[in-house]
Amino acid sequence: MTTAIVAPGRGALHVFAYHLIGYRRTWWGTAFSSFLLPLIYLAGIGLGVGGYVDRGHHLGVDYLSFLAPGVLAATGLSIAIDESMYRVYSQFAWDRTYEGMLNTPLRIVDIVLGQLAFVVFRALVAVTVFLLVMTAFGTVHSGWAVGVLPTAMLLALACAAPTFAFTATQHTDSSFAVLTRFVVIPVQLFSGVFFPVAQLPAGVRILAWLSPLWHGVEVCRSLTLGTARPWPVLGHLGYLAVWSAVGLVLAHRAFRRRLVV
Amino acid sequence: MLTTLLLRVSPRRAGAVVERNVLVHRRGWVVLASGFFEPLLYLLSLGIGLGALVGRVPFAGGTVAYPVFLAPAMLAVQAMNAALTETTFNVFGKLKYMRLYDAVLATPVTPLELALGEIGWCLARSGLYSGVFLGLMALLGLTPSGWAILAWPAAILIGFAFAALGMALTTFLRSWQDFDYVMIIMMVMFMFAGTFTPLDAYPAWARPLVELTPLYHGVAITRGLSLGRLDLAMLGHAGYLVGCCVVGLWVAARRLGRLLQP
Repeated sequence: MTTAIVAPGRGALHVFAYHLIGYRRTWWGTAFSSFLLPLIYLAGIGLGVGGYVDRGHHLGVDYLSFLAPGVLAATGLSIAIDESMYRVYSQFAWDRTYEGMLNTPLRIVDIVLGQLAFVVFRALVAVTVFLLVMTAFGTVHSGWAVGVLPTAMLLALACAAPTFAFTATQHTDSSFAVLTRFVVIPVQLFSGVFFPVAQLPAGVRILAWLSPLWHGVEVCRSLTLGTARPWPVLGHLGYLAVWSAVGLVLAHRAFRRRLVV
Repeated sequence: MLTTLLLRVSPRRAGAVVERNVLVHRRGWVVLASGFFEPLLYLLSLGIGLGALVGRVPFAGGTVAYPVFLAPAMLAVQAMNAALTETTFNVFGKLKYMRLYDAVLATPVTPLELALGEIGWCLARSGLYSGVFLGLMALLGLTPSGWAILAWPAAILIGFAFAALGMALTTFLRSWQDFDYVMIIMMVMFMFAGTFTPLDAYPAWARPLVELTPLYHGVAITRGLSLGRLDLAMLGHAGYLVGCCVVGLWVAARRLGRLLQP
Protein backbone atom coordinates (compact mmCIF):
# COMPACT_ATOMS: atom_id res chain seq x y z
CA MET A 1 0.00 0.00 0.00
CA THR A 2 2.87 2.31 0.77
CA THR A 3 3.92 2.28 -2.86
CA ALA A 4 0.75 4.05 -3.87
CA ILE A 5 1.57 6.99 -1.63
CA VAL A 6 4.88 7.75 -3.33
CA ALA A 7 4.42 10.44 -5.94
CA PRO A 8 5.36 9.18 -9.39
CA GLY A 9 8.93 10.09 -10.28
CA ARG A 10 10.16 10.74 -6.76
CA GLY A 11 11.30 7.17 -6.29
CA ALA A 12 13.22 7.17 -9.55
CA LEU A 13 14.93 10.35 -8.45
CA HIS A 14 16.11 8.65 -5.28
CA VAL A 15 17.50 5.73 -7.26
CA PHE A 16 19.25 8.16 -9.60
CA ALA A 17 20.77 9.91 -6.59
CA TYR A 18 21.90 6.55 -5.19
CA HIS A 19 23.87 5.78 -8.35
CA LEU A 20 25.27 9.30 -8.53
CA ILE A 21 26.62 9.06 -5.01
CA GLY A 22 28.31 5.77 -5.85
CA TYR A 23 29.77 7.32 -8.98
CA ARG A 24 31.40 10.07 -6.93
CA ARG A 25 33.79 7.43 -5.68
CA THR A 26 34.36 5.50 -8.87
CA TRP A 27 34.29 8.08 -11.67
CA TRP A 28 38.06 8.02 -12.08
CA GLY A 29 37.90 4.36 -13.06
CA THR A 30 35.58 5.24 -15.94
CA ALA A 31 37.80 8.02 -17.25
CA PHE A 32 39.59 5.66 -19.59
CA SER A 33 36.56 4.26 -21.37
CA SER A 34 34.65 7.53 -21.42
CA PHE A 35 37.32 10.05 -22.30
CA LEU A 36 40.62 8.53 -23.27
CA LEU A 37 39.42 5.74 -25.53
CA PRO A 38 37.44 7.98 -27.91
CA LEU A 39 40.41 10.34 -28.09
CA ILE A 40 42.72 7.47 -29.00
CA TYR A 41 40.33 6.52 -31.82
CA LEU A 42 40.15 10.09 -33.00
CA ALA A 43 43.91 10.50 -33.06
CA GLY A 44 44.78 7.01 -34.35
CA ILE A 45 42.25 6.67 -37.15
CA GLY A 46 41.25 10.30 -37.73
CA LEU A 47 44.69 11.82 -37.91
CA GLY A 48 46.67 8.75 -38.98
CA VAL A 49 44.50 7.11 -41.59
CA GLY A 50 42.65 10.35 -42.31
CA GLY A 51 45.70 11.77 -44.05
CA TYR A 52 45.34 9.11 -46.74
CA VAL A 53 41.57 9.47 -47.00
CA ASP A 54 41.83 13.22 -47.52
CA ARG A 55 44.02 12.77 -50.62
CA GLY A 56 41.05 11.26 -52.42
CA HIS A 57 38.41 13.89 -51.41
CA HIS A 58 35.72 11.22 -51.47
CA LEU A 59 33.75 12.57 -48.56
CA GLY A 60 33.41 16.25 -49.39
CA VAL A 61 34.67 17.05 -45.90
CA ASP A 62 37.95 16.35 -44.14
CA TYR A 63 38.03 12.87 -42.63
CA LEU A 64 38.51 14.02 -39.04
CA SER A 65 35.31 16.08 -39.25
CA PHE A 66 33.55 13.07 -40.71
CA LEU A 67 34.84 10.65 -38.08
CA ALA A 68 34.53 12.71 -34.90
CA PRO A 69 30.70 12.87 -34.64
CA GLY A 70 30.59 9.17 -35.44
CA VAL A 71 32.98 8.35 -32.59
CA LEU A 72 30.94 10.63 -30.34
CA ALA A 73 27.78 8.64 -31.02
CA ALA A 74 29.67 5.36 -30.66
CA THR A 75 30.91 6.52 -27.26
CA GLY A 76 27.33 7.15 -26.18
CA LEU A 77 26.41 3.62 -27.24
CA SER A 78 29.36 1.90 -25.60
CA ILE A 79 28.85 3.68 -22.27
CA ALA A 80 25.16 2.82 -22.35
CA ILE A 81 25.83 -0.86 -22.93
CA ASP A 82 28.79 -1.13 -20.52
CA GLU A 83 26.70 0.39 -17.76
CA SER A 84 23.83 -1.97 -18.48
CA MET A 85 25.73 -5.24 -18.23
CA TYR A 86 27.90 -5.97 -15.19
CA ARG A 87 26.62 -3.10 -13.09
CA VAL A 88 23.03 -4.21 -13.48
CA TYR A 89 23.91 -7.87 -13.21
CA SER A 90 25.85 -7.42 -10.01
CA GLN A 91 22.86 -5.79 -8.37
CA PHE A 92 20.75 -8.82 -9.16
CA ALA A 93 23.26 -11.52 -8.47
CA TRP A 94 26.15 -10.34 -6.32
CA ASP A 95 25.26 -7.27 -4.25
CA ARG A 96 21.49 -7.82 -4.32
CA THR A 97 20.94 -4.08 -4.20
CA TYR A 98 17.62 -4.36 -5.98
CA GLU A 99 16.21 -6.62 -3.32
CA GLY A 100 17.24 -4.05 -0.75
CA MET A 101 15.59 -1.29 -2.73
CA LEU A 102 12.36 -3.25 -3.01
CA ASN A 103 12.21 -3.43 0.78
CA THR A 104 11.79 0.35 0.75
CA PRO A 105 8.85 2.19 -0.82
CA LEU A 106 10.62 2.01 -4.20
CA ARG A 107 8.82 0.28 -7.05
CA ILE A 108 10.30 -1.70 -9.93
CA VAL A 109 9.62 1.19 -12.27
CA ASP A 110 11.61 3.54 -10.00
CA ILE A 111 14.56 1.17 -9.96
CA VAL A 112 14.58 0.86 -13.74
CA LEU A 113 13.98 4.52 -14.53
CA GLY A 114 16.36 5.81 -11.86
CA GLN A 115 19.22 3.66 -13.04
CA LEU A 116 18.52 4.39 -16.71
CA ALA A 117 18.65 8.08 -15.86
CA PHE A 118 22.07 7.50 -14.38
CA VAL A 119 23.27 5.72 -17.53
CA VAL A 120 22.00 8.58 -19.68
CA PHE A 121 23.74 11.02 -17.36
CA ARG A 122 27.04 9.18 -17.74
CA ALA A 123 26.70 9.28 -21.51
CA LEU A 124 25.91 12.99 -21.35
CA VAL A 125 29.04 13.78 -19.34
CA ALA A 126 31.30 11.82 -21.70
CA VAL A 127 29.72 13.29 -24.81
CA THR A 128 29.96 16.84 -23.46
CA VAL A 129 33.69 16.42 -22.86
CA PHE A 130 34.03 14.89 -26.30
CA LEU A 131 32.21 17.78 -27.94
CA LEU A 132 34.63 20.21 -26.31
CA VAL A 133 37.56 18.18 -27.63
CA MET A 134 35.96 18.14 -31.08
CA THR A 135 35.69 21.91 -30.95
CA ALA A 136 39.37 22.15 -30.04
CA PHE A 137 40.22 19.93 -33.02
CA GLY A 138 38.25 22.29 -35.27
CA THR A 139 35.75 19.62 -36.30
CA VAL A 140 32.59 21.45 -35.25
CA HIS A 141 31.22 23.39 -38.20
CA SER A 142 27.85 24.55 -36.93
CA GLY A 143 26.12 25.93 -33.85
CA TRP A 144 23.58 23.12 -34.20
CA ALA A 145 26.31 20.88 -32.79
CA VAL A 146 24.91 21.35 -29.26
CA GLY A 147 22.07 19.18 -30.51
CA VAL A 148 24.37 16.16 -30.30
CA LEU A 149 24.00 16.23 -26.50
CA PRO A 150 20.27 15.37 -26.37
CA THR A 151 20.74 13.08 -29.38
CA ALA A 152 23.43 11.08 -27.57
CA MET A 153 21.21 10.91 -24.50
CA LEU A 154 18.37 9.46 -26.55
CA LEU A 155 20.77 7.05 -28.25
CA ALA A 156 22.08 5.96 -24.85
CA LEU A 157 18.55 5.32 -23.63
CA ALA A 158 17.68 3.42 -26.81
CA CYS A 159 20.67 1.12 -26.26
CA ALA A 160 20.57 0.86 -22.47
CA ALA A 161 16.89 0.00 -22.00
CA PRO A 162 16.90 -3.21 -24.09
CA THR A 163 20.27 -4.18 -22.57
CA PHE A 164 18.72 -3.82 -19.10
CA ALA A 165 16.05 -6.26 -20.22
CA PHE A 166 18.66 -8.68 -21.54
CA THR A 167 20.79 -8.49 -18.40
CA ALA A 168 17.80 -9.13 -16.17
CA THR A 169 17.27 -12.47 -17.87
CA GLN A 170 20.86 -13.69 -17.42
CA HIS A 171 21.95 -16.10 -14.72
CA THR A 172 25.69 -16.13 -15.41
CA ASP A 173 27.93 -13.25 -16.44
CA SER A 174 29.62 -15.05 -19.34
CA SER A 175 27.12 -13.87 -21.93
CA PHE A 176 28.31 -10.27 -21.55
CA ALA A 177 31.66 -10.95 -23.22
CA VAL A 178 29.76 -12.56 -26.07
CA LEU A 179 27.35 -9.61 -26.30
CA THR A 180 30.30 -7.21 -26.43
CA ARG A 181 32.17 -9.09 -29.10
CA PHE A 182 29.36 -10.29 -31.32
CA VAL A 183 26.97 -7.37 -31.04
CA VAL A 184 28.58 -4.19 -29.71
CA ILE A 185 31.85 -4.30 -31.65
CA PRO A 186 30.28 -5.25 -35.00
CA VAL A 187 27.64 -2.55 -34.54
CA GLN A 188 30.34 0.03 -33.84
CA LEU A 189 32.40 -1.03 -36.84
CA PHE A 190 29.61 -1.20 -39.41
CA SER A 191 27.25 1.65 -38.50
CA GLY A 192 28.81 4.41 -40.52
CA VAL A 193 31.18 5.60 -37.81
CA PHE A 194 34.35 5.04 -39.82
CA PHE A 195 33.03 5.14 -43.37
CA PRO A 196 29.63 5.81 -45.02
CA VAL A 197 27.37 2.74 -44.94
CA ALA A 198 26.98 3.17 -48.70
CA GLN A 199 30.35 1.36 -48.91
CA LEU A 200 28.82 -1.77 -47.44
CA PRO A 201 27.35 -4.59 -49.52
CA ALA A 202 23.56 -4.24 -49.82
CA GLY A 203 22.72 -7.05 -47.38
CA VAL A 204 24.93 -5.69 -44.64
CA ARG A 205 23.64 -2.17 -45.24
CA ILE A 206 20.18 -3.25 -44.12
CA LEU A 207 21.68 -4.44 -40.83
CA ALA A 208 23.36 -1.08 -40.42
CA TRP A 209 20.02 0.68 -40.96
CA LEU A 210 18.48 -1.44 -38.23
CA SER A 211 21.15 -0.54 -35.69
CA PRO A 212 20.26 2.42 -33.48
CA LEU A 213 23.85 3.59 -33.71
CA TRP A 214 23.59 4.35 -37.42
CA HIS A 215 20.64 6.65 -36.76
CA GLY A 216 22.51 8.33 -33.93
CA VAL A 217 25.60 8.78 -36.08
CA GLU A 218 23.61 10.29 -38.94
CA VAL A 219 21.97 12.86 -36.68
CA CYS A 220 25.17 13.78 -34.84
CA ARG A 221 27.12 14.11 -38.07
CA SER A 222 24.54 16.31 -39.76
CA LEU A 223 24.44 18.51 -36.65
CA THR A 224 28.20 19.07 -36.30
CA LEU A 225 28.67 19.52 -40.05
CA GLY A 226 25.70 21.88 -40.23
CA THR A 227 23.89 19.83 -42.88
CA ALA A 228 20.90 18.80 -40.74
CA ARG A 229 17.45 18.91 -42.33
CA PRO A 230 14.27 18.36 -40.33
CA TRP A 231 12.92 15.32 -42.14
CA PRO A 232 15.71 12.75 -41.88
CA VAL A 233 16.67 13.99 -38.43
CA LEU A 234 13.16 13.60 -37.03
CA GLY A 235 12.89 10.18 -38.65
CA HIS A 236 16.13 9.03 -37.02
CA LEU A 237 15.12 10.41 -33.63
CA GLY A 238 11.72 8.76 -33.94
CA TYR A 239 13.40 5.42 -34.61
CA LEU A 240 15.54 5.86 -31.48
CA ALA A 241 12.44 6.81 -29.49
CA VAL A 242 10.76 3.57 -30.55
CA TRP A 243 13.79 1.56 -29.38
CA SER A 244 13.72 3.42 -26.08
CA ALA A 245 10.00 2.86 -25.52
CA VAL A 246 10.07 -0.83 -26.42
CA GLY A 247 13.25 -1.25 -24.37
CA LEU A 248 11.64 0.37 -21.34
CA VAL A 249 8.63 -1.93 -21.48
CA LEU A 250 10.86 -4.99 -21.87
CA ALA A 251 13.21 -3.89 -19.11
CA HIS A 252 10.36 -3.26 -16.71
CA ARG A 253 8.85 -6.65 -17.46
CA ALA A 254 12.18 -8.48 -17.14
CA PHE A 255 12.97 -6.75 -13.83
CA ARG A 256 9.53 -7.61 -12.46
CA ARG A 257 9.92 -11.21 -13.48
CA ARG A 258 13.33 -11.50 -11.86
CA LEU A 259 12.56 -9.64 -8.66
CA VAL A 260 8.92 -10.22 -7.87
CA VAL A 261 7.49 -13.31 -9.49
CA MET B 1 70.55 -18.23 -14.50
CA LEU B 2 67.43 -18.66 -16.62
CA THR B 3 69.17 -21.47 -18.53
CA THR B 4 69.88 -23.44 -15.38
CA LEU B 5 66.28 -22.94 -14.34
CA LEU B 6 65.06 -24.00 -17.77
CA LEU B 7 67.10 -27.21 -17.60
CA ARG B 8 65.20 -28.24 -14.52
CA VAL B 9 61.79 -27.69 -16.15
CA SER B 10 59.76 -30.85 -16.54
CA PRO B 11 57.62 -30.76 -19.68
CA ARG B 12 55.19 -33.12 -17.98
CA ARG B 13 54.57 -30.75 -15.07
CA ALA B 14 54.25 -27.68 -17.31
CA GLY B 15 51.98 -29.81 -19.50
CA ALA B 16 49.73 -30.49 -16.54
CA VAL B 17 49.06 -26.75 -16.28
CA VAL B 18 48.11 -26.68 -19.96
CA GLU B 19 45.89 -29.71 -19.48
CA ARG B 20 44.01 -28.01 -16.68
CA ASN B 21 43.24 -25.02 -18.92
CA VAL B 22 42.05 -27.28 -21.72
CA LEU B 23 39.68 -29.02 -19.32
CA VAL B 24 38.31 -25.73 -17.99
CA HIS B 25 37.69 -24.32 -21.44
CA ARG B 26 35.87 -27.32 -22.82
CA ARG B 27 32.61 -25.61 -21.92
CA GLY B 28 33.58 -22.00 -22.62
CA TRP B 29 34.18 -22.37 -26.32
CA VAL B 30 31.91 -19.48 -27.35
CA VAL B 31 34.01 -17.06 -25.33
CA LEU B 32 37.13 -18.68 -26.77
CA ALA B 33 35.87 -18.29 -30.31
CA SER B 34 34.80 -14.72 -29.74
CA GLY B 35 38.42 -13.68 -29.17
CA PHE B 36 39.05 -14.61 -32.75
CA PHE B 37 36.46 -12.38 -34.37
CA GLU B 38 37.49 -8.98 -33.13
CA PRO B 39 40.52 -8.42 -35.40
CA LEU B 40 38.63 -10.00 -38.27
CA LEU B 41 35.85 -7.45 -37.87
CA TYR B 42 38.41 -4.64 -37.76
CA LEU B 43 39.94 -6.01 -40.94
CA LEU B 44 36.58 -6.13 -42.70
CA SER B 45 35.43 -2.73 -41.45
CA LEU B 46 38.57 -0.61 -41.51
CA GLY B 47 40.53 -2.58 -44.08
CA ILE B 48 37.87 -3.08 -46.67
CA GLY B 49 35.22 -0.46 -45.82
CA LEU B 50 37.52 2.40 -44.94
CA GLY B 51 40.17 0.99 -47.27
CA ALA B 52 38.02 1.92 -50.26
CA LEU B 53 38.40 5.57 -49.21
CA VAL B 54 42.08 5.23 -48.34
CA GLY B 55 43.21 3.68 -51.59
CA ARG B 56 46.87 2.72 -51.64
CA VAL B 57 49.44 3.44 -48.97
CA PRO B 58 53.22 3.67 -49.38
CA PHE B 59 55.20 0.60 -48.38
CA ALA B 60 58.86 -0.30 -48.98
CA GLY B 61 59.36 2.13 -51.85
CA GLY B 62 56.11 1.22 -53.64
CA THR B 63 52.45 1.29 -52.70
CA VAL B 64 50.00 -1.41 -51.59
CA ALA B 65 46.22 -1.58 -51.35
CA TYR B 66 45.07 -0.70 -47.85
CA PRO B 67 43.44 -4.05 -46.93
CA VAL B 68 46.64 -5.87 -47.95
CA PHE B 69 48.59 -3.45 -45.78
CA LEU B 70 46.27 -3.78 -42.79
CA ALA B 71 45.65 -7.53 -42.77
CA PRO B 72 49.08 -8.70 -41.52
CA ALA B 73 48.93 -6.02 -38.83
CA MET B 74 45.60 -7.40 -37.61
CA LEU B 75 47.21 -10.85 -37.52
CA ALA B 76 49.87 -9.47 -35.18
CA VAL B 77 47.26 -7.60 -33.14
CA GLN B 78 45.28 -10.78 -32.73
CA ALA B 79 48.35 -12.60 -31.41
CA MET B 80 48.93 -9.74 -28.97
CA ASN B 81 45.31 -9.57 -27.79
CA ALA B 82 44.97 -13.30 -27.27
CA ALA B 83 48.25 -13.47 -25.35
CA LEU B 84 47.63 -10.40 -23.21
CA THR B 85 44.04 -11.12 -22.26
CA GLU B 86 44.94 -14.67 -21.27
CA THR B 87 48.04 -13.80 -19.27
CA THR B 88 46.73 -10.64 -17.61
CA PHE B 89 42.98 -10.96 -16.89
CA ASN B 90 42.81 -14.73 -16.55
CA VAL B 91 46.10 -15.17 -14.75
CA PHE B 92 45.32 -12.35 -12.35
CA GLY B 93 42.01 -13.96 -11.47
CA LYS B 94 43.71 -17.27 -10.80
CA LEU B 95 46.54 -15.66 -8.87
CA LYS B 96 44.58 -13.33 -6.63
CA TYR B 97 41.01 -14.51 -6.40
CA MET B 98 40.80 -18.18 -7.22
CA ARG B 99 44.07 -18.84 -5.36
CA LEU B 100 44.63 -21.46 -7.98
CA TYR B 101 48.38 -21.04 -8.07
CA ASP B 102 48.75 -21.61 -4.35
CA ALA B 103 47.20 -24.97 -4.99
CA VAL B 104 49.34 -25.61 -8.07
CA LEU B 105 52.56 -24.81 -6.21
CA ALA B 106 51.59 -27.18 -3.45
CA THR B 107 52.24 -29.89 -6.06
CA PRO B 108 55.71 -30.55 -7.51
CA VAL B 109 55.13 -27.81 -10.16
CA THR B 110 57.67 -24.96 -9.89
CA PRO B 111 56.90 -21.27 -10.59
CA LEU B 112 58.77 -21.38 -13.89
CA GLU B 113 56.88 -24.49 -14.96
CA LEU B 114 53.67 -22.76 -14.00
CA ALA B 115 54.59 -19.70 -16.07
CA LEU B 116 55.64 -21.89 -19.01
CA GLY B 117 52.46 -23.94 -18.73
CA GLU B 118 50.23 -20.88 -18.77
CA ILE B 119 52.18 -19.46 -21.70
CA GLY B 120 52.03 -22.80 -23.50
CA TRP B 121 48.23 -22.86 -23.20
CA CYS B 122 48.11 -19.29 -24.34
CA LEU B 123 50.22 -20.10 -27.40
CA ALA B 124 48.06 -23.08 -28.30
CA ARG B 125 45.08 -20.78 -28.22
CA SER B 126 46.60 -17.88 -30.11
CA GLY B 127 48.31 -20.25 -32.56
CA LEU B 128 44.91 -21.65 -33.42
CA TYR B 129 43.46 -18.17 -33.90
CA SER B 130 46.29 -16.92 -36.07
CA GLY B 131 46.31 -20.06 -38.20
CA VAL B 132 42.64 -19.62 -39.03
CA PHE B 133 43.07 -15.88 -39.48
CA LEU B 134 45.94 -16.36 -41.92
CA GLY B 135 43.83 -18.85 -43.84
CA LEU B 136 41.03 -16.29 -44.11
CA MET B 137 43.50 -13.64 -45.26
CA ALA B 138 44.62 -15.98 -48.04
CA LEU B 139 41.00 -16.69 -49.00
CA LEU B 140 40.26 -12.97 -49.21
CA GLY B 141 43.29 -12.53 -51.46
CA LEU B 142 45.18 -10.44 -48.91
CA THR B 143 48.42 -12.42 -48.95
CA PRO B 144 50.28 -11.50 -52.15
CA SER B 145 53.39 -13.56 -51.30
CA GLY B 146 53.98 -17.25 -50.61
CA TRP B 147 56.21 -16.21 -47.71
CA ALA B 148 52.97 -15.39 -45.92
CA ILE B 149 52.88 -18.96 -44.61
CA LEU B 150 55.79 -18.01 -42.35
CA ALA B 151 53.62 -15.33 -40.81
CA TRP B 152 52.05 -18.12 -38.78
CA PRO B 153 55.18 -19.02 -36.79
CA ALA B 154 55.86 -15.28 -36.62
CA ALA B 155 52.44 -14.75 -35.03
CA ILE B 156 53.21 -17.50 -32.52
CA LEU B 157 56.48 -15.75 -31.65
CA ILE B 158 54.54 -12.49 -31.15
CA GLY B 159 52.12 -14.40 -28.95
CA PHE B 160 55.00 -15.83 -26.90
CA ALA B 161 56.58 -12.41 -26.41
CA PHE B 162 53.32 -10.83 -25.25
CA ALA B 163 52.38 -13.81 -23.11
CA ALA B 164 55.71 -13.62 -21.30
CA LEU B 165 55.49 -9.84 -20.90
CA GLY B 166 51.87 -10.14 -19.81
CA MET B 167 52.71 -12.72 -17.14
CA ALA B 168 55.47 -10.49 -15.83
CA LEU B 169 53.18 -7.45 -15.83
CA THR B 170 50.40 -9.31 -14.03
CA THR B 171 52.62 -10.01 -11.04
CA PHE B 172 52.82 -6.25 -10.49
CA LEU B 173 49.09 -5.56 -10.69
CA ARG B 174 47.31 -4.85 -7.43
CA SER B 175 43.59 -4.80 -8.24
CA TRP B 176 41.12 -4.91 -11.10
CA GLN B 177 41.38 -1.12 -11.29
CA ASP B 178 44.93 -1.52 -12.55
CA PHE B 179 43.55 -3.26 -15.60
CA ASP B 180 42.62 0.13 -16.95
CA TYR B 181 46.34 0.61 -17.49
CA VAL B 182 46.61 -2.73 -19.24
CA MET B 183 43.73 -1.69 -21.51
CA ILE B 184 45.40 1.64 -22.23
CA ILE B 185 48.68 -0.06 -23.13
CA MET B 186 46.89 -2.49 -25.43
CA MET B 187 44.76 0.17 -27.05
CA VAL B 188 47.61 2.60 -27.61
CA MET B 189 49.74 -0.12 -29.18
CA PHE B 190 46.81 -1.29 -31.29
CA MET B 191 46.33 2.20 -32.67
CA PHE B 192 49.84 3.58 -32.87
CA ALA B 193 52.32 0.75 -33.46
CA GLY B 194 52.40 1.16 -37.23
CA THR B 195 49.30 -0.98 -37.49
CA PHE B 196 46.97 1.39 -39.30
CA THR B 197 49.53 3.63 -41.01
CA PRO B 198 53.13 3.30 -42.20
CA LEU B 199 55.72 4.54 -39.71
CA ASP B 200 56.48 7.55 -41.95
CA ALA B 201 53.00 8.93 -41.31
CA TYR B 202 53.93 9.66 -37.69
CA PRO B 203 55.67 12.87 -36.67
CA ALA B 204 59.43 12.46 -36.32
CA TRP B 205 59.39 12.71 -32.51
CA ALA B 206 56.90 9.85 -32.20
CA ARG B 207 58.76 7.35 -34.36
CA PRO B 208 61.34 6.22 -31.77
CA LEU B 209 58.47 5.69 -29.28
CA VAL B 210 56.65 3.55 -31.82
CA GLU B 211 59.82 1.55 -32.44
CA LEU B 212 60.03 0.75 -28.74
CA THR B 213 56.75 -1.17 -28.71
CA PRO B 214 56.91 -4.94 -29.22
CA LEU B 215 53.83 -4.78 -31.43
CA TYR B 216 55.65 -2.57 -33.92
CA HIS B 217 58.31 -5.24 -34.38
CA GLY B 218 55.67 -7.94 -34.65
CA VAL B 219 53.78 -6.02 -37.33
CA ALA B 220 57.01 -5.36 -39.24
CA ILE B 221 57.64 -9.11 -39.44
CA THR B 222 54.13 -10.25 -40.36
CA ARG B 223 53.78 -7.46 -42.91
CA GLY B 224 57.17 -8.13 -44.48
CA LEU B 225 56.35 -11.83 -44.82
CA SER B 226 52.81 -11.37 -46.02
CA LEU B 227 53.89 -8.88 -48.70
CA GLY B 228 57.04 -10.84 -49.54
CA ARG B 229 59.39 -7.99 -48.68
CA LEU B 230 62.12 -9.73 -46.74
CA ASP B 231 65.17 -7.90 -45.46
CA LEU B 232 67.77 -8.27 -42.77
CA ALA B 233 66.00 -5.81 -40.47
CA MET B 234 63.44 -8.55 -39.89
CA LEU B 235 66.05 -10.52 -37.98
CA GLY B 236 66.44 -7.50 -35.72
CA HIS B 237 62.66 -7.37 -35.19
CA ALA B 238 62.61 -11.08 -34.38
CA GLY B 239 65.55 -10.62 -32.01
CA TYR B 240 63.65 -7.90 -30.18
CA LEU B 241 60.68 -10.23 -29.70
CA VAL B 242 62.91 -13.08 -28.49
CA GLY B 243 64.40 -10.61 -26.01
CA CYS B 244 60.87 -9.83 -24.78
CA CYS B 245 60.24 -13.57 -24.29
CA VAL B 246 63.38 -14.02 -22.23
CA VAL B 247 62.95 -10.94 -20.07
CA GLY B 248 59.25 -11.58 -19.56
CA LEU B 249 59.76 -15.21 -18.58
CA TRP B 250 62.58 -14.41 -16.22
CA VAL B 251 60.68 -11.65 -14.42
CA ALA B 252 57.47 -13.69 -14.32
CA ALA B 253 59.10 -16.79 -12.86
CA ARG B 254 61.01 -14.78 -10.25
CA ARG B 255 58.04 -12.71 -9.17
CA LEU B 256 55.62 -15.62 -9.12
CA GLY B 257 58.07 -17.54 -6.94
CA ARG B 258 58.35 -14.60 -4.60
CA LEU B 259 54.61 -13.91 -4.46
CA LEU B 260 53.60 -17.48 -3.89
CA GLN B 261 56.47 -19.06 -1.98
CA PRO B 262 57.43 -16.52 0.65
